[in-house]
Amino acid sequence: MAREMLKGNVAIAEAAVRAGCEAYFGYPITPQTELLEYMSSRMVELGRVFLQAESEVAAINMVYGAACAGVQVMTSSSSPGISLMQEGLSYIAGSEVPCVIVDVMRGGPGLGNILPSQSDYFQVTKSAGHGDFHPIVLAPASVQEAIDFTMLAFELAQKYRHIVIIAADGQIGQMMEPAELPPMKDYPLPRPNWALTGANGREKNVITSLYLNADEEEAFNNRLQKKLALIRSVEQRSDEFATDDAELLVVGYGTAGRIAMSAVQLAREKGLKVGLFRPQTLYPFPEQRLSELAEQVDMCLVVEMNAGQMIEDVRLAVKDSIPVEFYGRMGGNIPMPDELLRVIERYYAYSAVLA
Amino acid sequence: MTIDIIPIEHMQVVYDRPEALACNHTHYCPGCTHSIAHRLVAEAIDELGLREQTILVAPVGCSVFAYNYFTVDGCEAAHGRAPAMATGIKRVSPDKTVITYQGDGDLASIGIAEIIHAAARGEKITTIFVNNAIYGMTGGQMAPTTLPNQKTTSSPSGRDIASTGAPLKISELLAQIDGAVYVVRRSLHDVKHIRQAKKAILTALKVQQAGLGFGLVELLSTCPTNWGMTPVDAMHWVETAMMPYFPLGDYKIADSVHKLG
Ligand SMILES: Cc1ncc(C[n+]2csc(CCOP(=O)(O)OP(=O)(O)O)c2C)c(N)n1
Repeated sequence: MAREMLKGNVAIAEAAVRAGCEAYFGYPITPQTELLEYMSSRMVELGRVFLQAESEVAAINMVYGAACAGVQVMTSSSSPGISLMQEGLSYIAGSEVPCVIVDVMRGGPGLGNILPSQSDYFQVTKSAGHGDFHPIVLAPASVQEAIDFTMLAFELAQKYRHIVIIAADGQIGQMMEPAELPPMKDYPLPRPNWALTGANGREKNVITSLYLNADEEEAFNNRLQKKLALIRSVEQRSDEFATDDAELLVVGYGTAGRIAMSAVQLAREKGLKVGLFRPQTLYPFPEQRLSELAEQVDMCLVVEMNAGQMIEDVRLAVKDSIPVEFYGRMGGNIPMPDELLRVIERYYAYSAVLA
Repeated sequence: MTIDIIPIEHMQVVYDRPEALACNHTHYCPGCTHSIAHRLVAEAIDELGLREQTILVAPVGCSVFAYNYFTVDGCEAAHGRAPAMATGIKRVSPDKTVITYQGDGDLASIGIAEIIHAAARGEKITTIFVNNAIYGMTGGQMAPTTLPNQKTTSSPSGRDIASTGAPLKISELLAQIDGAVYVVRRSLHDVKHIRQAKKAILTALKVQQAGLGFGLVELLSTCPTNWGMTPVDAMHWVETAMMPYFPLGDYKIADSVHKLG
């Protein structure tokens, strides 16, 4: 297929269609709304299910219902809407049904603003709802990656019967760039045998997150934790640039990671031994590769569009073996490459002293 | 004196457990009408031959385990969200019969938005709304349907409507909505009314089968434990205290439903 100019939100929507999304439920919120609008015509045109819900609370519970019925289902929103979905996300995790959630993150807290931000890192990776669970979280840094990760999201959701969140910041959702869409996948998938399809010629199926008995609840939690441990061991994904001889390692994801890439290139042009590590999965955090890199670099510089959230995972991964510094912008501000270059130069000098 | 023993092959079954009702002990308190409501729903499912195509959405409330008491596919919604969950199921499986079974705290308080919008969309689902004027599961707090001056654990001096507002009349409220085509209130306090309730549940399921729109059957129900009454007194209280405030009746029967016959 040919490359075409695509806006991030629209690209994710069309990728979901091609991945075989059978139903979409959502509620308008900037900077994600084009996704919902696109689905409102595209899904209907294909004879699939589109419904604008009365709230994000309703949307996530519609997703929950459709997932229980055994179809590939998706919703999309932005930060305040994800907050409203947390109860439903917890029920979905507690019921082990698959779904894909897109969070086109904006500035917060509160109503915040509609500008790009990464301020929901904690929310999506660590506190997507009450109880012990983590969704799988994918963080695209380009429109192409947003497409690829949407396809991957549906696969992983089915494979693990789990929630996959595509954590795109507002920049990824709003920008246009050339990208290539994959061909349409086989559609629809057969309904799985655990799905609610009516007890026709079989025992009834029940989907619940309720275990009143402590031992049963613990047994369920053990099973869930085993699944998460498996996900942590085989699904860590990351990208890197110029890490071979790097002394300072810049760590960033999404838009911050992409801008950090430009800054690292500028630094390389100046002869500084700087590399980039870009997590593509935020959960599982790519700690395996990062801990390897930590043995070879003198310092990590974490760059985020928030007050410092992923830095906690970076610190856990490098285990105090090297200093971990932070540079962040908030409120919808995006760091510029030359701005980051200045920060890199400052820490590079410092890491040289340490080395 | 001799007793004539009728050989078993000449006996006739006149009352049995509906196939849609699971052979299970319920956890309901003695005298609670949830069990009656369950049986009526199961009978109606059987009579229409819907058991193998029904999906039941259980609420958060005393009937949280409803899916254990039926032999149909079932799931457990978050508190108040059953109509949204049912919407998700029905939209992707329009050939299935989707039922939500909800208490008054679940439907009329935390889930009021979901039920109104499911009705507004004319969602082709059936809601069994069990109104017992109290939060049963959490131990008897005030519900949106708690009567004026009714004592509960969170309105210990009686519900003061000057401060808490008056009880919500859900059937009257939902009947205003175009997408709701069948909205009736029945009661479970005696045999005659139980039979009428059963007929209404049958009609509501036929409405769904015919794809006419949203249907709801409100059932005035008892909670002897949290009302602090004997089961018999509780039945009496439904008639003397609840029915005057929540009159039984057909609040909405759309023309399309009339045509069903
Ligand atoms: C979000 C949330 N809030 C509160 C509760 C606690 N809770 C469980 S059942 C219930 C009330 C149920 O009352 P009702 O719907 O009237 O049903 P009944 O138990 O009387 O049948 C409440 C408040 C909960 N489980 N979830």
